Amino acid sequence: MRGRTSRFLLPPWWFAAPALLVYAVVVLYPSGAGVVYAFTDWTGIGDWSFVGFDNFTKLWSDDAARGSLINTLLLTVAIVVVQNGMGLLLALGVHARIRSRSLLRVIFFAPAVVSPVMVAFLWKYVYNPDPGEGLNGLLGAVGLGSWRQDWLGDPDLALWSVAFMVVWQFAGYSMVIFLAGLESVPDNLHEAAMIDGAGRWQRFRHVTWPLLAPAVTVNVMLSTIGGLKLFDQVYAATNGGPGYASETLSTVLYKQAFVYGNYGYSTAIALVLALFVAAVSLVQVHFLRGREVTIT
Amino acid sequence: MIVVAVAFLFPVYALVTLSLKDPRQIAASPLGPPTSPTFENFGSAWERASFGTALLNSTVITAVSVAILIAVGSFAAYVIARWQTRLGYGLYVLFLLGIVLPFQLGMIPLFTMVDDAGLLGTYQGMIIFYTGIQLPFTIFLYTGFIRALPSDYADAALIDGAGHLRAFSQVVFPLLRPITGTVLILNAVFIWNDFFTPLLYLGGSDRETIPVRIFSFVGQYVSDYGLVFAGLVLAALPILAIFLVLQKYVIKGFSSGLKG
Repeated sequence: MRGRTSRFLLPPWWFAAPALLVYAVVVLYPSGAGVVYAFTDWTGIGDWSFVGFDNFTKLWSDDAARGSLINTLLLTVAIVVVQNGMGLLLALGVHARIRSRSLLRVIFFAPAVVSPVMVAFLWKYVYNPDPGEGLNGLLGAVGLGSWRQDWLGDPDLALWSVAFMVVWQFAGYSMVIFLAGLESVPDNLHEAAMIDGAGRWQRFRHVTWPLLAPAVTVNVMLSTIGGLKLFDQVYAATNGGPGYASETLSTVLYKQAFVYGNYGYSTAIALVLALFVAAVSLVQVHFLRGREVTIT
Repeated sequence: MIVVAVAFLFPVYALVTLSLKDPRQIAASPLGPPTSPTFENFGSAWERASFGTALLNSTVITAVSVAILIAVGSFAAYVIARWQTRLGYGLYVLFLLGIVLPFQLGMIPLFTMVDDAGLLGTYQGMIIFYTGIQLPFTIFLYTGFIRALPSDYADAALIDGAGHLRAFSQVVFPLLRPITGTVLILNAVFIWNDFFTPLLYLGGSDRETIPVRIFSFVGQYVSDYGLVFAGLVLAALPILAIFLVLQKYVIKGFSSGLKG
């Protein structure tokens, strides 16, 4: 019977019809239209005409937009590296603690379920420039007053402050995925390595790390795509400022559309963002999957 | 580890203590523990942010969207998983495309469509949006699960004379429970916390969800920390409470559901 399933046993095609309809109306058609509008000077009112690649050359010559492209990439790299690095350290630390493991896991993961906008407002207070408030107040209290900064108001710092706030919220998320990976490493592999005289670091490097590869793939992919698309936190914490110092592709395309009414230009920026996300997904699936090993 | 956890909790400490202080206490000692805790901030934040309405809006939009996603998504995934033909595979790839596409690409065309249909500021507009935008991910999770499930149970029901609708709803769907839990949790958390689209579609209307409401509330009372933080605590409490009760399932959903 297998491989030649009788037609009568297959579900009818219309089971998929409602999903296909909603998906076409909400995603496929608008995205297709977006690709077309990216090559026009559409403003939402009146006629529009095709302008070739003008929107894309404008993106490169427009300081705010080019800066936002660079900011988006810097922000994404910072988030991917720090969030996953911290996530891995937390996972190793939490995994080693048998008794407090589940409590620590809940504490570190909790911020990930809260709305990013609310986390941004909370951190806006933590980053308060006033020397007695928030992080500055804490630094003063522990005698590190000279480290005080205007965390979100200093153009050289704003982007990194936003990145750290994102890391704080989602490091626990990365940790949870690494923990699931760690739990899949069989104890007998560690024991065998220990009997063979492998030290802590060697066991991590040659036993744990290769087996964590699937968790690394998932984590790197999630944080890269999340970083590229980042909007809520930036919009709520700095709104791209000071100046254009923390502007990202998402905040620029939002402003171009809903503040300036440049619909064509805004969709062109969205198309660039889409190409980045697609390229990153393909590259990561291709390369990171290659180093995954399985236990047989 | 304990030190790390304490440092990690500093923002939460600031959030909770400030929300319990009146302006005078905040001015005297912003970071110290509250000397005489007051719950006044919560009452006035609830009232001034029209928090009750926002809570209702968020609940309706999240619950209805997730229910539709589960129904529509599991049906479609059943067809995709069982039709091991080029057509079934083509459908699968078509839906997967939606996971990669950032929704900003279709943002403006969709916004004008929703506007033309008169659905700005309505529950329906948001629910249709979430159903469409979260379907790819939902179908991806369901398809993977159904593919690994033997078809014998449904086959037996069909041979015994049940229709496809009945075979699916009474035999297959109950078997999908573990993945339905994951789908429910991941979609509910995403929809509950989403900000960008509700800001566009609902901003200024009386259908604003919690993140949008809190956004304008904070903008309005920005200098009154106690009040603002009480608002943030109120806004975070419902989802944190649910998380604490269901933590095992939530963490499992987040860590397993995303492994392709």
